Amino acid sequence: MLEIKSLRAGVDGVEILKGIDLTINAGEVHAIMGPNGSGKSTLAQVLAGHPAYEVTGGSVVYEGRNLLELEPEERACAGVFMAFQYPVEIHGITNAYFLRAAVNAKRRCQDLEELDPIDFMELLEEKLDVIGWTDSLMERPVNHGFSGGEKKRNEILQMAVLEPKLAVLDETDSGLDIDALKAVAEAVNRLRRPDNATLVVTHYQRLLNFIVPDFVHVLARGRIAKSGSKELAQELESKGYDWIKEPVGVV
Amino acid sequence: MSSSVEQQVTQPYKYGWFTEVESDLVPAGLSEAIIRMISGKKGEPNWLLEWRLNAYRNWLKMKEPTWANVRYDPVDYQAIHYYAAPKRQEKHNSLDEVDPKVLETFSKLGIPLEEQKRLAGVAVDAVFDSVSVATTFKEKLAEHGVIFLPFSEAVREHPELVRKYLGSVVPATDNFFAALNSAVFTDGSFVYVPEGVRCPMELSTYFRINAASTGQFERTLIIADEGAYVSYLEGCSAPMRDENQLHAAVVELVALRDAEIKYSTVQNWYPGDEDGKGGIYNFVTKRGDCRGKNSKISWTQVETGSAITWKYPSCLLTGDNSIGEFYSVAVTNNRQQADTGTKMIHIGKNTKSTIVSKGISAGKSQNTYRGQVKIMKNAQGARNFSQCDSMLIGDKCGAHTFPYIDVRNSSAIMEHEATTSKIGEDQIFYCQQRGISAEDAVSMIVNGFCKEVFRELPMEFAVEAQNLLGISLEGSVG
Repeated sequence: MLEIKSLRAGVDGVEILKGIDLTINAGEVHAIMGPNGSGKSTLAQVLAGHPAYEVTGGSVVYEGRNLLELEPEERACAGVFMAFQYPVEIHGITNAYFLRAAVNAKRRCQDLEELDPIDFMELLEEKLDVIGWTDSLMERPVNHGFSGGEKKRNEILQMAVLEPKLAVLDETDSGLDIDALKAVAEAVNRLRRPDNATLVVTHYQRLLNFIVPDFVHVLARGRIAKSGSKELAQELESKGYDWIKEPVGVV
Repeated sequence: MSSSVEQQVTQPYKYGWFTEVESDLVPAGLSEAIIRMISGKKGEPNWLLEWRLNAYRNWLKMKEPTWANVRYDPVDYQAIHYYAAPKRQEKHNSLDEVDPKVLETFSKLGIPLEEQKRLAGVAVDAVFDSVSVATTFKEKLAEHGVIFLPFSEAVREHPELVRKYLGSVVPATDNFFAALNSAVFTDGSFVYVPEGVRCPMELSTYFRINAASTGQFERTLIIADEGAYVSYLEGCSAPMRDENQLHAAVVELVALRDAEIKYSTVQNWYPGDEDGKGGIYNFVTKRGDCRGKNSKISWTQVETGSAITWKYPSCLLTGDNSIGEFYSVAVTNNRQQADTGTKMIHIGKNTKSTIVSKGISAGKSQNTYRGQVKIMKNAQGARNFSQCDSMLIGDKCGAHTFPYIDVRNSSAIMEHEATTSKIGEDQIFYCQQRGISAEDAVSMIVNGFCKEVFRELPMEFAVEAQNLLGISLEGSVG
């Protein structure tokens, strides 16, 4: 589904990713871990197409297409979703309106008829059911006045409604208490299907107790320093990141 | 990838073309002789000429105001032609006598004057440079006793009404631009809705500046007699020219007991180019007097055009229990400057006013809200609610808010809310990541921001206003 080769990218002329190789297949959950400043979020932003990040080398092929050539909204319509580490507030627009606009933008790309508000509410109810949530913050302005936990849950709700093929969760666990973390993880698990894939970016192993990855990659200084199975995450939790950095050597 | 917040603003002005039509121009410059000439061309009665001359003599002693938060080179008042009219004008009894080029102009603007093509339920007065060229549905309105005429015709046909109300809300010497207007005003609309009549259709005036080196100085006077209701809309546009053109209008509204006037403006004068060259100076005095008990005046404005806007549609809440409202969306882009707001003067008892102002600044523009709420000594039980919201698009523009509050009666209840928000790259990117294009994102966010004002517009024009907003901001995020 996704093939990243020798990807280099940076921001403001500073290179942060220094050659990333990563392949993700349908049905898989990958976790990217790493210390602060290792480039985890940069990777997520580059995949989503944030304009502040500049790709300086390498390639990213998604479903046979050159992902880097697509505008962010084209990526979204092609099924790439990023749950933001810091979800953005938009005043004056209700969550319901925003989400319907997003669903309809995607439906337009797929040559499907747009949903009217009633059809959309039906879809929403259905998705809330899937992830097992009831209140949906729908009549409040997008992320405005939401608690940290509500913002993160709102991201996952959007993910449920938009049904991405590739979901990138950028530090979705940050700022969540344990109950909220469980609720979010549970929802993500329920959305797993053989034809979609998830990339979980996180600093802590905690989230991975609930969203169990098939592969764990440790990012250090802009490269994948080590890859392994879910046990690698536990090892990191007990030993910290320092032991990873050493064997690779500082470049 | 193209997502810098500056790009979205550059959409060419759609109405910038010019109609080749022979003009009857008075010589440039302003003097008593010119005023006599204008008054003579219009065959005005002597009292009106004297009224103009009095305004002019006072104007000579007045100074152009400098307190507004706008910067521009001094206007050369002697370089302006104060009267320009299409030559084949004179008196039109039917549309067949109007220069077809002028008709075509309005049709191109989306204002066809042939009645069968008009939006059902909207009567139009079309003003081309200094004169009204056509007024539709006159007969139908007359059946209801509603008078809807070009100002100069009203002077001829209803001199008693004009004389009674002209200058009764905005005196000839009210301020520099109002005095200038009073001296040289050429045409505009006159509306009188008789007692107890609910005007059966929306009334609308469309102003078009066409000729070069002219100004437009129109005068609108609307009177709603006891228990009457009228909804009025004004629209405008001008060709793209490198020079600045002056538009100094005066609008007076009078609402008698139990009457209601709803006045909506969609202002789209040429705003100048990206570098601030050309554009209209829109220096306008608009004021309504809720003269009778339980009367109501509501101003709604969507301001997207003009190089410089200086405009404060206001309400004098004279009658007890009267209500004044001001709903405004002001958009500035590129180098536009707007200083706009309202004055609510509470004079009668239990008077209420509501102010909702939405300022949107993009490009390198400056957008100022300036408002005054004044509660006079005898205005027992007055209430005001003000909400001033500013939105910034990009980081090179400015938003300013100057609310003045003057309360002289301790029973007053005043509420004031203000917010500032910004459409930044992060918001755009967030929308894009959810599949919504940058342009759709801006339009969605801006419309969400303005919806409280848009829902005050007559339905036919709410859509137009939304589209206009989209066009004004297109290219401000790329």
